[in-house]
Amino acid sequence: METKGINTFEQLLEVCTARGKRIWQIAQAYESEWCEVPVNLVRKCATESLCAMKEAINTGLKSTELSMSGMCGNDCDKLQKRFAVRPAVFGKTFEKILTYALATSEENIRMGKIVACPTAGSCGIVPAVIIAVSEDFNISEERQVNALITAGEIGRIISAKVSLAGAVAGCQAECGAAAAMAAGAVTQLLGGPPKQVLNAVALALKNILGLTCDPVCGLVEVPCVKRNPFMAVIAMTASELAMSGVESKIPVDEVVDAMDQTGQLMSPALKESSLGGLARTKTALELQKRLFT
Amino acid sequence: MKQTSIFDIISPIMIGPSSSHTAGAVRLGLLAKNIYGAEPKKVTFKLFNSYAQTGKGHGTEKGLLAGVLGLSVSDRRIKNIFDDEISKNIDYKFEYYEDFKKHPNAVDFVFENGRTMDIYGESVGAGEVVVRTIDGFSVKLTGKFNTLMIVYDDIPGMISKVSSLIQAKNINIASLHCDRYAKGEEASMCICIDGDLDSDVINAVKTIDRVHFVSYIKKLED
Repeated sequence: METKGINTFEQLLEVCTARGKRIWQIAQAYESEWCEVPVNLVRKCATESLCAMKEAINTGLKSTELSMSGMCGNDCDKLQKRFAVRPAVFGKTFEKILTYALATSEENIRMGKIVACPTAGSCGIVPAVIIAVSEDFNISEERQVNALITAGEIGRIISAKVSLAGAVAGCQAECGAAAAMAAGAVTQLLGGPPKQVLNAVALALKNILGLTCDPVCGLVEVPCVKRNPFMAVIAMTASELAMSGVESKIPVDEVVDAMDQTGQLMSPALKESSLGGLARTKTALELQKRLFT
Repeated sequence: MKQTSIFDIISPIMIGPSSSHTAGAVRLGLLAKNIYGAEPKKVTFKLFNSYAQTGKGHGTEKGLLAGVLGLSVSDRRIKNIFDDEISKNIDYKFEYYEDFKKHPNAVDFVFENGRTMDIYGESVGAGEVVVRTIDGFSVKLTGKFNTLMIVYDDIPGMISKVSSLIQAKNINIASLHCDRYAKGEEASMCICIDGDLDSDVINAVKTIDRVHFVSYIKKLED
């Protein structure tokens, strides 16, 4: 199959339309061909990632252990305790999405085992959305793997233009990219065709442009941990809109171009250097003094 | 366009919290251990810049030691490596430096006890690593290929002697990098190959006249 060089969403949609296939089908065939591994091995690796994501959620939900800095680690517990007595306004699935995202990112900062997706700091977003929705809508593991492969393909295409690193393009390229991946994945999971998947990606990305990477004390903790549940909600909003037929006026590839340009225009002080933004607030500087002296 | 994979995006399965400062540190440790080629007894880790400043909060020291001890990036023992049985038989220490000529996430491994070796590497993002110098020789090792490293006297014919031994096994050379102190002095050669070398090839390289040191550096698992 001649899928050589799918590096834009437009190309991806063309191939999907021409062959009557879903994104995950094209993505796994492409992966198999380019990386010279059989399709079943591609699916096996994706399944391993999915299982590790579930393990991180389950472990994280039960822990209140703080990170080495002591800044983060016990917020998921607070959320669960509240939901046990006062359900979330937006319902059960919303509760799960928030707690799963937080459980995973807290597991990350206490040196637990997680799956970088696309990065370690943004590891909670894609799993929270895929797994919470799958549990509540009774979706098979096979379809969850399909969704994860689609998430990977979305991230891969974004990364063809924008390096997925906070130091290069800010948090828009880490948690932002994860939100876009989750938005597309959940749209597919709920039956959206490729066109809606790509609209969900565009809508999510448009709403995270310019997101700074300004970690307090240079650690993947503040604001990264709590940003994960926020981004998971952006993903769901994008998916709900896209599945209603709402279209991004700016095509998704152009949104990625805008993300690239925004990243280049952002000051280095706001790209993982901890020289600006939240990292230079009075409280952040006090924390830094306390932690590092 | 460079070939990319969805598994650059939805993996690795790793111990947190940072791909560059934790997983990258483990991979640098693993690669340094593979280069050293023996069980390290004593090692000094010199951490530079961001590795020195934010390393403690990111478990960078734990990752480096775990790698040198052969643990993978997803091994749960990394978190408590300083108290783990596995670290009891190695003598290690950490030193911290600022040097803005060096990469933000850089480390110098100094292995002692037996053969002394100095290996300098960088964590260049998303868990990817590069070893830049070994005992002062410039190299470029990413852990993505099996690599034959040779230290020898800079005399004519060395490259062809070594490459013909590899060619005889019908193995393709992906890249070849040589460096030397000065003409006729000690030189180094790093040959990255597609596939794997048998021990008989490595032993044959060791018997070449005026070859001083041979290390077969296995690529890192993903």
